Amino acid sequence: MRGANGGPPLLEVEGLVTRYPVPRGVVAALARRPQRWVQAVAGVSFRLRRGELLALVGESGCGKTTTAQSVLRLVDSDAGSIRFDGTDITALGSRDLRGLRRRMQIIYQDPYESLDPRFRVRRTLVEPLEVHGIGSKEERRREAEEALRLTGLDPPELFLDRFPHELSGGQRQRVAIAASLVLHPDLLIADEPVSMLDVSVRAGILGILDDLRRRGLGILMITHDLSTAARYADRIAVMYLGRIVEDGPAHEIVTNPQHPYTQALLSVVPKRDPRQRQRPEILRGETPNPVDVPVGCRFHPRCPIAIPECQTIDPELRAPTDARPGHLAACIRT
Amino acid sequence: MTSTAPILADEPQDLEAPPPRRRPFVWSVIRGQPQATVGAVVLLAFVVVAVLAPVIAPYDPREKAGDVFEAPSSEHWLGLDDGGFDMLSLMIHGARVSLIVGFAAALVAMLVGGTVGLISGYFGGKTDITLMRLTDYFIVIPDIPLMLVVAAIWGRSLTNIILIIGLIYWTTTARVIRSQVLSVRERVYVQRTRALGAGHWRILSRHVLPQVAPLLVAITVLTVAVAIFAETAIAFLGLGDPTLISWGKLIENAFSRSAISVDAWWAIVPPGLAVVAVVLACTMIGRSLEDALNPRLRVGHLSVRRFRVREVEGKAL
Amino acid sequence: MILQVEDLHVWFDLERGGELHAVQGVTFELAPGERFGLVGESGCGKTTTILALMGLLPASASVSGRVVLDGENMLAQGERTVAPHRWRDVAMVFQGAMNAFNPVKRIGEQIAEPMELHGIAEGRAAHRRVAELLERVGIPAARADRFPHEFSGGMRQRAAIAMALACQPKVLLADEPTTALDVMVQAQILELLVALADDFGLALVLVTHDLPIVAQVCDRAAVMYAGEIVESGPVDALFHAPRHPYTRLLFAATPDLYGDAEVVSIPGAPPRLDRAIVGCPFRPRCDRAFGRCVDDRPALKPVAAEQAAACHLNDVPQEVPA
Repeated sequence: MRGANGGPPLLEVEGLVTRYPVPRGVVAALARRPQRWVQAVAGVSFRLRRGELLALVGESGCGKTTTAQSVLRLVDSDAGSIRFDGTDITALGSRDLRGLRRRMQIIYQDPYESLDPRFRVRRTLVEPLEVHGIGSKEERRREAEEALRLTGLDPPELFLDRFPHELSGGQRQRVAIAASLVLHPDLLIADEPVSMLDVSVRAGILGILDDLRRRGLGILMITHDLSTAARYADRIAVMYLGRIVEDGPAHEIVTNPQHPYTQALLSVVPKRDPRQRQRPEILRGETPNPVDVPVGCRFHPRCPIAIPECQTIDPELRAPTDARPGHLAACIRT
Repeated sequence: MTSTAPILADEPQDLEAPPPRRRPFVWSVIRGQPQATVGAVVLLAFVVVAVLAPVIAPYDPREKAGDVFEAPSSEHWLGLDDGGFDMLSLMIHGARVSLIVGFAAALVAMLVGGTVGLISGYFGGKTDITLMRLTDYFIVIPDIPLMLVVAAIWGRSLTNIILIIGLIYWTTTARVIRSQVLSVRERVYVQRTRALGAGHWRILSRHVLPQVAPLLVAITVLTVAVAIFAETAIAFLGLGDPTLISWGKLIENAFSRSAISVDAWWAIVPPGLAVVAVVLACTMIGRSLEDALNPRLRVGHLSVRRFRVREVEGKAL
Repeated sequence: MILQVEDLHVWFDLERGGELHAVQGVTFELAPGERFGLVGESGCGKTTTILALMGLLPASASVSGRVVLDGENMLAQGERTVAPHRWRDVAMVFQGAMNAFNPVKRIGEQIAEPMELHGIAEGRAAHRRVAELLERVGIPAARADRFPHEFSGGMRQRAAIAMALACQPKVLLADEPTTALDVMVQAQILELLVALADDFGLALVLVTHDLPIVAQVCDRAAVMYAGEIVESGPVDALFHAPRHPYTRLLFAATPDLYGDAEVVSIPGAPPRLDRAIVGCPFRPRCDRAFGRCVDDRPALKPVAAEQAAACHLNDVPQEVPA
């Protein structure tokens, strides 16, 4: 039921690196101090198939949002490759990218800011089609109505003429999703799609994403909420300081985590059953600044099982001895 | 499947009833702020007077009607000026030039400043730095000497005056608009539109400009006030078009012919008051628009009044 | 009982006329050292409730009811009777407290401020107490001289907690103390709050929309909906034997890390609070509503030992549990 379709991966990212220069003042530049870099994405590789939902999980500063922006070519990466449906899009110019943009869409976290407050729903939905010059006015309207139905805003006539401020947060998010669906994309990136919504409406939105997945879309969902990832994702990739430290089937990751960071994260997620009060493994300190990435394994300063070798070896993602196929972790102790 | 069951999920309670037609924003501003209404009425009055000048002026302002600096009388409500022309008619005709210059110059400032602000704020980077440097230079230019230079080189025409005033005062508009554009640019819906492949022109014209337009209007109204004052100053300094009647010219005439020493207040005060009135009117309108557009600072917690306690029947507190 | 809230109502005047009945008769009590959760979604009135406990309501608000601290009704004469207790007996960690620091004053100064204001300590003595407090919340005392922007979000939240404890209150109100923080930092902060509550004998009221946090940290909790408490009791009972459909559905809408249970959403939206509510406020969205629910508003009544719910289903013998 949860399997992905066969065929080449929809999205293939290999060794992606994206960094930002730390702004330095005139004085520092004149004094020729070395330029420091924020290593937002420091070598990320993963695959996403059609009909699959991959959750990119991590805390703030781990690089998950920058990864998504790099994949969409909204920011330029510094190394690595991005292949979309077989085509290398890493260095494509803006003209070629335009055509591609139709097939890759993004949904943002804040439903209250995602929609132009001056546009009625109809105009927001029709705009993507106008941008790409698709369809006649009548056809566009039909696409808009169909997209609204797909996101549960049925009958569409009730919503087409509304302004965003006349809709609830959940409804706005549905409109945002519908706006991305009118172009019939192959890939959908959802950046924290429900974190700003009330709990009681989240399942509705996530259900839409689930439905889209079943219809063959590839979905990359960015979230900090492991419970949501566990429930809705086919696969989970855990990021820390710009790297993926563990990658595998969702069920596997949650029941048999291999990387100490994943283990700590899972132990710390509060469970809704008051009777399940295990001792959480709370890591000391906070995630270091992505400008000063530790040498060796980037996690070793906070790692409960670190050994001297961890200070020199920067582990690759590989299959741990104790895991099922398809489950990778970047730790020398697995 | 989500598409089969029509769930009116998480909808506000009365989504069925279409909301009442919202009043146009400007109208609700004017309704809510009395100072805006007063300003608008005053400004409108002056505009009407200026438009209907040939019709309502009691005399031909270029026709000598009596003695120099003749006092006000029942025939000439504001007396006569230094050339023996009817002050009231001069005032009415003067409104035309003053207002035309004011509006036209403000329009120039709006177009130049708005464009610079939009482009600078939206594109950022080197474009922004360059344009802002340019703006800085323009801010630094002192207005009077510039007017002197332009008048000396290119002559004293109405067009020149409009252009100079416009070119001096566009900088405020540019900065304010740039500031707003910077924040609008970061709004999620703009980023989303960019992500779906929209070009800069579309984003600027359909998403950014509509958002900054109200503020642009507010600033422009304020610029009208400044422009009218500037025209008055220019004319007063004798740098204005000598063939045109404007309030500044009237004051200049009276001044250079020593109206003060003969106590001919009617030659100086009315045009001055007129300028004050129009400038004040524009400022009032512009400020209320600006107020309405800027999010109010929430200072509720600083109010002296505190929350109230209600008695509920039968309950002892 | 250290704190007793009796039939608390809060109304807000609306600009266009009328009022918003934000809190509609909230009653609960707090024992010393107890950890109490106030749970609900946006607009349910939980934040307004705790603001009312400290009298931090704007001029557009009016209140009724009693808030009894150590036998004295703080709300008796509004500001006059509540001000002396503010921060000294009841203190609060606000939503987004980490961003509420004055950026141009040092952290140590800001934590000392309430001490000086309320005459607890001054000068060197205050300085010493600040150092102690900082250590207590996990910040090295030497950092008292730093400015807020030099701290991370988690550290600032700790500093906000230290500031709340400056005058050694008896009750600590925490409004969404960990929203906007990473899950690891969240765990640290929650661990801290629990430890402080135990060490200082503080009663803790934890206001949040995050049910699992309450399930893990609190002993008892109250679920709020449309300005009133619809169910309250031990957290164990709330999860394993809820007596109000909203409680049950709220838990069901929260995904579990390991469970395979279907995650539900609750259709519809909360009722408007600027109009009188007829019948049960939850009825339009309830999956078990019946005839009586239409025009008879249920009152919060005891339904089991230490558990109370506002639902007519509890009166119908064969319908229990909800």
